[in-house]
Amino acid sequence: MSIRRRLLGFFARRPAAGAWALLGPGLLWLLLFFAIPLAVLIGYSVLHRGTYGGVSPGFTLEHYRRFSDPIYLAVAARTLRIALATTGLCLLLGYPVAYVIARAGRWRNALLFLVILPFWTSFLVRTYAMIVLLRTGGVINSVLMGLGVTGAPLDLLYTPGAVVAGLVYGYLPFMILPIYASLERLDLDLLDAAEALGARAWSRFRRVTLPLSLPGVAAGSLLVFIPALGAFLTPDLLGGAKTMMLGNLVQNQFGPARNWPFGSAVSFALMVVVFAGLMVWLRVRDAEGEA
Amino acid sequence: MTRRLPGWLVALVTGVFVLLHLPVLVLVAYSFNASRYSADWSGFTLHWYARLLERPDILRALRLSLTVATVATVLATVLGTLVALGLARSGFRGKRMVEGGLYLPIVTPEIVTGISLLILFVAVRVPLGVGTVIVAHTAFCLPFVAVVVLARLRGMDRSLEEAALILGADEATAFRRVTLPLLAPGIMAGALLAFTLSLDDFVITFFVAGPGGTTLPVLVYSMVRRGIEPTINAVSAVLVLLTSLTVALAARVGGERGA
Repeated sequence: MSIRRRLLGFFARRPAAGAWALLGPGLLWLLLFFAIPLAVLIGYSVLHRGTYGGVSPGFTLEHYRRFSDPIYLAVAARTLRIALATTGLCLLLGYPVAYVIARAGRWRNALLFLVILPFWTSFLVRTYAMIVLLRTGGVINSVLMGLGVTGAPLDLLYTPGAVVAGLVYGYLPFMILPIYASLERLDLDLLDAAEALGARAWSRFRRVTLPLSLPGVAAGSLLVFIPALGAFLTPDLLGGAKTMMLGNLVQNQFGPARNWPFGSAVSFALMVVVFAGLMVWLRVRDAEGEA
Repeated sequence: MTRRLPGWLVALVTGVFVLLHLPVLVLVAYSFNASRYSADWSGFTLHWYARLLERPDILRALRLSLTVATVATVLATVLGTLVALGLARSGFRGKRMVEGGLYLPIVTPEIVTGISLLILFVAVRVPLGVGTVIVAHTAFCLPFVAVVVLARLRGMDRSLEEAALILGADEATAFRRVTLPLLAPGIMAGALLAFTLSLDDFVITFFVAGPGGTTLPVLVYSMVRRGIEPTINAVSAVLVLLTSLTVALAARVGGERGA
């Protein structure tokens, strides 16, 4: 009891010490198992390659210079293309959904629930479900052939299209929710005013609704673009060898290629891009908060 | 607001909702399909579920997934709640940085987190297995718990705790009898989030699992790589059921909070 008293007294006199006592264990865990591993990864990226994986001592920037190799530039370009296509498609499909939910009245909560529901299903299971649909003997091909649309099964799986489809399926809710949030806050009087002033439906949308929902569009686009850039499982299962993205390149360097420093360098580059994206997002969010 | 939505828009959105849910529904439906190879429906069967029970590796992976999720959830919830309390209850220098830093693990690509942990464990010669999986899961669940609990703390009325202190409760009693019960729904929500995140995680686990750490998602992945077979549909359906149960529990807790 007296020890507890004394401890409580100590923390009461020094609130900062109390805060650090609470923060300490959790932050220590994150330091040991998140921050330090990242620092080690960055360190590995400037060391020489070990013969059987791992690293051998000596500073070098050769792994970063390897980025200019056309093979890896092609992987980076493909990653960017796939991430952009995913973001574009999510926007095209997600905006109308967000718009309808924001205008859905009493159905609003039910529809929102339907948007969030897939989040609770394992990403791996959802990716596997795409295989079931897309593969040669899969559901889509069997429906198409049953209807006589096509005589022979189409090659849907192991294509860039399959990867984009899988990523859109996985990340669409990330696009819908922020756009919904900004549309939901939209002052409807503005639309009534526009109508009273003679603006037709399309021009009301283009000149009032759309500009006011742009912060949501920006947030949603980044929330889709960032994980799409770092995708690993989707291209691994749906893409096949010709659709390698940066995430697969990383895994490959730690697997069969046994070039840990190069894999570390690619990881670090990926993180830099992701954090740049996050900074942009925070700027957008703060700007939205001020508006 | 009674503006009518144009028909084409409603049709388009209905289509998107179908696309959003069709794949998993089809998958679950096919876990009851008697046909082994084709996508044609050839009758209802529970055969693939019966097969699951004959596979010791699947049962072992399921048990391991539940064990890992339970231990990691307890650790992440305790540590994450303490972090949230530390952040909410004090203003020290660097507080904003710590708060911002909590989001770093959330936005870091999973492959980078997984690889960097693998490097660390190999560098300090820790054998990969259940232990490393639990450590990794605790690390990636902790920030989610902290963020959820922090949000609840921010929305809480501190005057109740102050009233308890004025009425003569010491800090510990006020915390135990007033703050903690008010905070409980937030902690519960954070814990359930951590549990489903841990149960579902594949990418990070894949890199730190080693031979002894095969959780259900890691096993499902290796089954998919070996070739598509109906048993995978059944395991996937089980995984969907497990997370659905967790969510249903979360909804109930949320409902009680609302009441």
